[in-house]
Amino acid sequence: MKFTGKVWKFGNDVDTDLIIPARYLNTSDPAELAKHCMEDADTTFAGKVQKGDIIVAGKNFGCGSSREHAPVAIKAAGVACVIAKDFARIFYRNSFNIGLPIFESEEASAKIAEGDVVEIDADKGVIKNNTKNETYTVKPIPPFMQELVAAGGLIAYGKTKFKIK
Amino acid sequence: MSMNIAEKILAAKSGKKHVEPGELIIADVDMVLANDITAPIAIREFKSSGATKVWDRTKIALVPDHFTPNKDIKSAEQAKILRDFAHEQKLTHYYDQGEVGIEHALLPEKGVVVPGDLVIGADSHTCTYGALGAFATGVGSTDAAFAMMTGKAWFKVPTSIKFVYKGKLNKWVSAKDLILYTIGDVGVDGALYKAMEFTGPVIDKMSMDGRLTMSNMAIEAGGKAGLINPDEITMEYIKGRAEHKWKVYTSDKDAKYEKVIEYDCAKIEPIVSCPSLPENTKAVSKLGKVVIDQSVIGSCTNGRMDDLRITAKIFKGRKVNSRVRCLIFPGTRDIYTQAMKEGLVDIFMKAGAVFSMPTCGPCLGGHMGILAKGEVAVSTTNRNFVGRMGSTESSVYLSSPAVAAASAILGRIGTPDDIKK
Ligand code: SF4
Repeated sequence: MKFTGKVWKFGNDVDTDLIIPARYLNTSDPAELAKHCMEDADTTFAGKVQKGDIIVAGKNFGCGSSREHAPVAIKAAGVACVIAKDFARIFYRNSFNIGLPIFESEEASAKIAEGDVVEIDADKGVIKNNTKNETYTVKPIPPFMQELVAAGGLIAYGKTKFKIK
Repeated sequence: MSMNIAEKILAAKSGKKHVEPGELIIADVDMVLANDITAPIAIREFKSSGATKVWDRTKIALVPDHFTPNKDIKSAEQAKILRDFAHEQKLTHYYDQGEVGIEHALLPEKGVVVPGDLVIGADSHTCTYGALGAFATGVGSTDAAFAMMTGKAWFKVPTSIKFVYKGKLNKWVSAKDLILYTIGDVGVDGALYKAMEFTGPVIDKMSMDGRLTMSNMAIEAGGKAGLINPDEITMEYIKGRAEHKWKVYTSDKDAKYEKVIEYDCAKIEPIVSCPSLPENTKAVSKLGKVVIDQSVIGSCTNGRMDDLRITAKIFKGRKVNSRVRCLIFPGTRDIYTQAMKEGLVDIFMKAGAVFSMPTCGPCLGGHMGILAKGEVAVSTTNRNFVGRMGSTESSVYLSSPAVAAASAILGRIGTPDDIKK
């Protein structure tokens, strides 16, 4: 799994209300949610994010409620993956479950700046910062999780992998 | 290589000899749980994926406990989704009215979860079953749907923190005080992503009711699980209840922990969590005068026999303060029946309290005991977030049953020792 993209940088403890405010939870349509992605953290984000861009944030990304709408909104906005120092537990689960790849790297979280172009090689566990010409290590995603993301999420994965009657 | 109880269960269920914290695994679950809030979404996911049949109709527990008996039309529709699905799939662990209890009180009582099980539930307090030596954790709706189809779930093996409780318990100090104290000490994210393991001589002597109370609130410290190593008390509890085979896993003596935290219980007094976070703990003796409008005794945290017995002991021959509404919610029907047999309900009634059927009710501000603006409650439940029991301008103090019962009589927050003063 490889990604190259331009970075949008966020701080610590970005909660699920910042990612997708509760006032938009009356829909579960990904395209609709994408329009409000990160709205309460940066009102202009949804308008400027391009397909393949990457979010880099600090600690405890996705804390707060268990709403699956949060990673859905990020994925539907076209974001390729999220890098953070670490993630809140249920956000972490939900991301893989809906097919949004996420990476934990303290180094990358600290050193990458907004606008940098970074290249992630998930198999090798490295992040290259093409703008700054730096390399950071990232915990590689095990094959199972990669399959999950490649399949498009847990349910899709389950349908191909297990006999579902 | 040595492992702790959390690692042992996750290794066994994923067919491995050994697992390391941080490792991602896919494992076989023994039970999947969802309630009347979370199951409808999981069922929708299940159906929209094209699945027609659940993986094992004996291993899915659907418990409509939050808004039942149906509180309004919306909740009736939700409960109906559950009911229809349960009947269509011929689920053996569906509990309709007349059988239902609060999920985390009900499943251990019925022997539906047993030591060594791996349980996921689309409800954050699924961690309660850690008291039995099962690895149990709360998940999202997609996880529940996936497990309903495949019997599997994925996990990141957590690091563990070992808590050691030593020393003699002070008067009126219960399991609830110990867990509130712990949350106050480590904070609401003190165990984020980690398994908490409760150990030590105090836990060794603690009743199963008390242990369930402690494990129940692991999530309030951010914990993924709250485990207690099975012992004779566990075996005594599951005797005659366990409906499937159990296996005892216990932590190796040299198992690894991220941290070991020791508490001298002799230093712990009856405690409350002040609004609006469980970590805002304060000893009742240092609280000052807090006048209350409502006292709630029950929930998946404190709706068991130990809790009702101590309440009755304090209520016997006394009256609830005339300005306090005291609501008692037993966890299950069996607890309800037992309380009647022991004459506890009679004591509650004579004291002027309300004794309700089992339901989540006021715990999540659902129904049957909502707070108005400016009102204050003391409650044996587990969360005191803004608006948790009603108006966003009401407030909730979390406490043990002894403190909630004494407060109901006093009309302000206090301990049973304050009553005679
Ligand atoms: S009693 Fe309260 S905490 Fe327990 S399951 Fe019901 S709503 Fe949740």
